[in-house]
Amino acid sequence: MSGEPREMTITVDGAPVRVREGATLLEALRAHGVDTPTLCFLENLTPVNACRVCVVELQGARTLVPSCSRKAEEGMVVSTDSERVRHARKLVFELLGSSVDLSNAGPEVARWSARYGADPARFGAPAPAASEGSRDHRHAGHHAAPDPAVAQTVAQPVKVDNDLFVRDYSRCILCYKCVEACGGDAQNTFAITVAGRGFDARISTEFAAPLTDSACVFCGNCIGVCPTGALVFKSEFDLREAGNWREQDQTVTRTVCTYCGVGCNLELHVQDNTIVKVTSPLDHDVTSGHLCIKGRFGFEFVQVRERE
Amino acid sequence: MDIHLSGAQATPAERAAIDALLGRPTSRWRGGDREHAADSRYAHGGQSARARRHLLLPALHAVQDAVGHVTRGAVDYIAQRLTVPPADVYGVASFYALFEMHESPPTVAHVCDDVGCLARGAGELIASLERTCGPAGSPCADGRATWKRSPCLGLCERAPAALMRRAGEGRTDATLAPATAGMVHDELHGTSAPTRVMDSVPQRGESGLRLLSRVGVVDPTSLHDYLSHGGYAALAHAFLLGPEGVVKEVTESKLMGRGGAAFPTGVKWGAVLRASALPHHVVCNADESEPGTFKDRVLMEEDPFAVIEALTVAGFATGATMGWIYIRGEYPEAHDRLAHAIAVTRREGLLGDNVMGRVGFSFDIELRKGAGAYICGEETALFNSIEGYRGEPRNKPPFPVSEGLFRLPTAINNVETLANVLEILKGGSEEYLKLGLDSSRGTKLFCVAGNVTTPGLYELPFGATLRELLALAGGIEGGRALQAVLLGGAAGSFVTAEDLDVPLTFEGTRAIGASLGSGVVLVFDDRVDMRAIVRRIARFFRDESCGQCVPCRVGTQRQEEALGRLCAGASRAGRDEALLLIDDLDRAMRDASICGLGHTAAVAVQSAIRKLNLFAVEAP
Repeated sequence: MSGEPREMTITVDGAPVRVREGATLLEALRAHGVDTPTLCFLENLTPVNACRVCVVELQGARTLVPSCSRKAEEGMVVSTDSERVRHARKLVFELLGSSVDLSNAGPEVARWSARYGADPARFGAPAPAASEGSRDHRHAGHHAAPDPAVAQTVAQPVKVDNDLFVRDYSRCILCYKCVEACGGDAQNTFAITVAGRGFDARISTEFAAPLTDSACVFCGNCIGVCPTGALVFKSEFDLREAGNWREQDQTVTRTVCTYCGVGCNLELHVQDNTIVKVTSPLDHDVTSGHLCIKGRFGFEFVQVRERE
Repeated sequence: MDIHLSGAQATPAERAAIDALLGRPTSRWRGGDREHAADSRYAHGGQSARARRHLLLPALHAVQDAVGHVTRGAVDYIAQRLTVPPADVYGVASFYALFEMHESPPTVAHVCDDVGCLARGAGELIASLERTCGPAGSPCADGRATWKRSPCLGLCERAPAALMRRAGEGRTDATLAPATAGMVHDELHGTSAPTRVMDSVPQRGESGLRLLSRVGVVDPTSLHDYLSHGGYAALAHAFLLGPEGVVKEVTESKLMGRGGAAFPTGVKWGAVLRASALPHHVVCNADESEPGTFKDRVLMEEDPFAVIEALTVAGFATGATMGWIYIRGEYPEAHDRLAHAIAVTRREGLLGDNVMGRVGFSFDIELRKGAGAYICGEETALFNSIEGYRGEPRNKPPFPVSEGLFRLPTAINNVETLANVLEILKGGSEEYLKLGLDSSRGTKLFCVAGNVTTPGLYELPFGATLRELLALAGGIEGGRALQAVLLGGAAGSFVTAEDLDVPLTFEGTRAIGASLGSGVVLVFDDRVDMRAIVRRIARFFRDESCGQCVPCRVGTQRQEEALGRLCAGASRAGRDEALLLIDDLDRAMRDASICGLGHTAAVAVQSAIRKLNLFAVEAP
């Protein structure tokens, strides 16, 4: 057997593209420079293809296919900007925009929404937010008829049950990333799950118990993978609440965690000479972006000034 | 993985129910009382623990049946027994409508308010129930009972219908159809109401029936009766043909799946037989939940041994050693008949090692019960449900023939499809091909319900027209005018009087933009409020979406809202806007959803808008 992976050729928007065997369509598209939106995809997690924003048109397939998980096959003919693709992506951004607060989802989501002409407001004015905890206990199946004058949303009060991070599920698009990072893809803690069904589905611990009563080990890897700011450092949340979160003024310093000998790389996000959050590079071969509680949250000692 | 327990304790009743299923715990690690010397030295997770996860759904059923709801203590105990994280147990339990996650009265009446029952008085029944027992979900009978609205219970030929569930000691699940508000009220208050016995198969005993030939003729609890009416002749013939021979015969018969997707059965079986990964599985999809469908229920209730024999044939033909029947949780009578039939056939050597004396052919069947989730009729969602995960469909490819149940090659077939296999083997594919039209061969079961004189399950060769079928059912009840027929269920389409001459074949219905689906023929006369019917369908999809993919999760919600605006009487501009939204949602759900539920969630709504012209004039 030769050590070189075999290559094959697919057609992307009329142009031939060489890809290695086993690559997904998304890898092929990115290598070819096609800007493809993704929300539930992350390089260090198993693709769940739930958000459907990366769909492309595959010749011969009845429906569109998710590029993040579909493996490329020799001779595939793919369109990434057909009317069908544009329509599906537009609707996904509209459906999410009309039901979820995407304001902290980053500039790319805003750019993609604009690119596809998404207009979430056309589904109606947002319904009032759910009362605290009420979405956590919705029963699967039968529900009361919604008020057709407004668009139902996932809006609800923020969950603050610990000092390290905050769960703002009004911003949750149910991408499953946090569940994967907490479970078999990284931490193997399985503290959270998707509970309920349909529009009432939500991320939850067992019986919606506070994180402090759950299996959570506060590694914060769920924060690391959250694409919409639904899971954030308490420090970031407080600064945002105070209107003092200034990403443009922040510096990012790469360093090595000092707690043990594993050698995890940390990226310290610093604003006003204070560490406001810690991340790890996705492509770092030790962490793959994941950290433990000490690396993620154990930075307070750095900024204790009492001994100065 | 470290299982974190809340400290809540399962009650003795809960533990007993779970232990009855899983056996008594052997050590403290596994939830028992006794310290086991080995506990401190070995981890008890790994492959052997994971291999038991498929017992999660049965364990949840055991708790629900024992105490009427799923408690924290029970979740923790199941987690410990099966080495599944409590959060996962909760995620799975909360997926299903029939599991109560909060303290709940032990007696619950699930009253159908779906399309079939709505056409036959469910609205009035529910209004009356609200007066006597309070609104849905409120406790009655001193807090010992309550009632809830339910999607289609598959009892449409005897509508309106209810499912009575009693938890605790002497627990029973039983259907009530036709039901009245008085009967439901009495049941909730502890007195059982006698039901009027109605025939589900008006053609019973007629010559020329194939799939229904034994229904109402043989004793469904008697293997002897089944054997004396041609039972197990098909399996004997299959043994003569060998697996390849069976696959060839089924392929040549052009049998297409009867669950709704119409995929050629022989092709599916051949692919599994040739698959290299072992072992192979066969699954009987008995999660019949398409609103208006009850054909599989009748077959399972009245001819359960045929289901067992047919699945055994499928196992033989595909080289499988294990067969599974996944039946919806709303079919208690069919479930018990099948459980009985499995026990009897196992005892008589028709399941187990060397089936029916065939040396080297070992095959057994496991019966699994759903818990209130339409989506679990989708084949890959069904696999996840059996495996103890949330019933969310998987992305395809890979297809079940290569990666199905437990990621192994799997042939999954609908109950009616399997019943056809017996006919093919007994008479030969040439004989089978003589019936039918075009590529739709053999006979088809039609679930005729709604406003017809004689609702019921009818068997006709493919090619009979809708007019002929309705005539067979005695025409529209009371000689009233036909308003619409829902063909194929909630995922199907509405047709009208102008379509009565459509031949009921896969091709014929396709030609008029409809589909045969699961054989639903739900008739609405001129009194029925079709807007309410369409809204119910939209609500059904919103209720039953698994929530995994965005187009379906949010799309079905937005569709219901838009339809609500149309029904409320929007202005002309508002109406046009709502119709455009529904169009846009339809295209996105059809193109970008993961599974068939999303792909078809707007089909009936669209056909109602276009075919029935429901919103052409401004609502008053």
